[in-house]
Amino acid sequence: MKPYEYFEHTADVKFRAYGKTPDEMLSNAALALFNSMINTTTVQPKETWKVKLSGQDLEQLAYDWLSELIFLFETEFAVFSTFDVKLHQNGDWRLEAAIGGEKIDPSRHAFDNEVKAVTLHQFEVKKNELWCIQVVLDV
Amino acid sequence: MLNKIEDNIYEVPINYRPGMRVPGRIFVSEALLGMVEPGTVDQVANVASLPGIVKYSMAMPDAHLGYGFPIGGVAAFREDKGIISPGGVGFDINCGVRLLRSDLVAKTVQPLISTLVDSLFEAVPSGVGATSRLHVSDQELTEAFIDGAKWAVGQGYGVEADLAHCEENGSMKGADPSKVSIKARKRGRPQFGTLGSGNHFLEIQKVEEIYDEAVAKKFGLFKGQITVMIHCGSRGAGHQICTDHLEVLSRAVHKYKIDIPDKQLACAPLGTPEADNYFGAMVCAANYAWANRQIIAHWTREVFEKYFPESKLELVYDVAHNVAKIEEHVVDGLRERLYVHRKGATRAFGPSRSEVPDVYRDVGQPVLIPGSMGTASYVLCGTDRALDVTFGSACHGAGRIMSRSQAKRTFAGQDIKAALSSQGIKVKATHPAMLAEEAPQVYKPSNEVVDVVHNLGIATKVARLLPLGVSKG
Repeated sequence: MKPYEYFEHTADVKFRAYGKTPDEMLSNAALALFNSMINTTTVQPKETWKVKLSGQDLEQLAYDWLSELIFLFETEFAVFSTFDVKLHQNGDWRLEAAIGGEKIDPSRHAFDNEVKAVTLHQFEVKKNELWCIQVVLDV
Repeated sequence: MLNKIEDNIYEVPINYRPGMRVPGRIFVSEALLGMVEPGTVDQVANVASLPGIVKYSMAMPDAHLGYGFPIGGVAAFREDKGIISPGGVGFDINCGVRLLRSDLVAKTVQPLISTLVDSLFEAVPSGVGATSRLHVSDQELTEAFIDGAKWAVGQGYGVEADLAHCEENGSMKGADPSKVSIKARKRGRPQFGTLGSGNHFLEIQKVEEIYDEAVAKKFGLFKGQITVMIHCGSRGAGHQICTDHLEVLSRAVHKYKIDIPDKQLACAPLGTPEADNYFGAMVCAANYAWANRQIIAHWTREVFEKYFPESKLELVYDVAHNVAKIEEHVVDGLRERLYVHRKGATRAFGPSRSEVPDVYRDVGQPVLIPGSMGTASYVLCGTDRALDVTFGSACHGAGRIMSRSQAKRTFAGQDIKAALSSQGIKVKATHPAMLAEEAPQVYKPSNEVVDVVHNLGIATKVARLLPLGVSKG
């Protein structure tokens, strides 16, 4: 299983991320998001950030998750490379995640793109054999 | 599938897709038509299905695939029965362009171009993760959301005359800071007074050609003159405001039973709390962007004053490329209040409109069209014909034709830098990959885009500006 793959989009970045579970799919989507900005192998998981979110459905929660990561990136001045996502469904969906990363160091971190936001254009969460999320990022 | 109406006007017929309420209109030449992706036509059709849309769903000659609206999309909605949609504005609310004119000529400035670009790069923080030299309090941020460039001038960034040379006088009415989340403030505060990255730039240019002497004189432009162009938007504040309200409006479409063909076209009927809240927050972001460009212009002036103490940089104009505005337009002979969405399009009002600054009232507003990195930018003049054809709108740039990833596979940043350098253009960026994705070849030829606008008469050519030095994120 590929964790994620990018698709051509004229102005923006489009990817699909996969997982055997929705948890794995959202971890891989987070990695796809950060790999569109920077080579994440240059990012050491020196510190851990915790995220807790809830949503009415998985799609909304997935959108909140990726948007939250952009918010953390910009306000913590940190970049992330490991994502441990745990989902719980009990009526509403709840997400708890531990994120590994480090503060941005311009001498080691070269950015290819700045992601402005997660769009809802063609945003989709599906389960066939695998869980799959499709995302278009505004860059 | 597209019907040619006349030269430079193609129609997307109302039966192109089920659910279209009006036809689409794409303003391109035959040569540019082939560069319009099928997905862009679909996006024009999607916008045509939104409630209360008036006349046509339109795409300017630089149109290309976006999210929600196409980039280059223009649509107007009736105040009663219409909607407002963040998909018609984008995340970078009031991404726009400001042009400063100097009293310097190219041959005076050219020998110092490297020094100037380096100094501008130092003075105006840019790139991913850059933080501002400015440290504003939460209260100051609130004031900037309400007053925009006027707030910045009040703080000593610029002069009163700047405000008179700015769309909305740099201070759009209707801001409601209570609808801006803590998250948006947290993203916006450290980035206030930064350029950003991607296609945003700060450029020293020279006026290469004048097409209309009389109008150029009105705009204070002459051949050989040095100008400075600033292209940036509302940074993380705007991005977060759009993200927050997109979620609310996604739920609103269910509440108000609106069928949308693309989730990014989430919207709410005008007059509902959801629509009012989005509009109030969007205006805050628009004002933040005007203040941001005002602050950056001030720092640019400081750099120029250091090397050319006698020189003066005056504002020609400042335009928004991504915004929704309440405007009066004549529809079927009657004046109506419309919510005009411009997503990657420039307002191009002619002399009849009171929104045009007094100094330009007898000719029309300046329309500023940035080139891509290393290619010419254009100054045009708005016309009254644009009011009939495009709700007073024109293009906003060249329009991408190649994806960023393809650009990076095709070009190396260093090669682009060397090629520009051999043309006498000095470029400074935080990272070479940023140069590859903005290579001149990834855009449509800007002269063709501008010619369509000129030939349609929705804005007329005034001057062409060539880059001498570019500072990028």
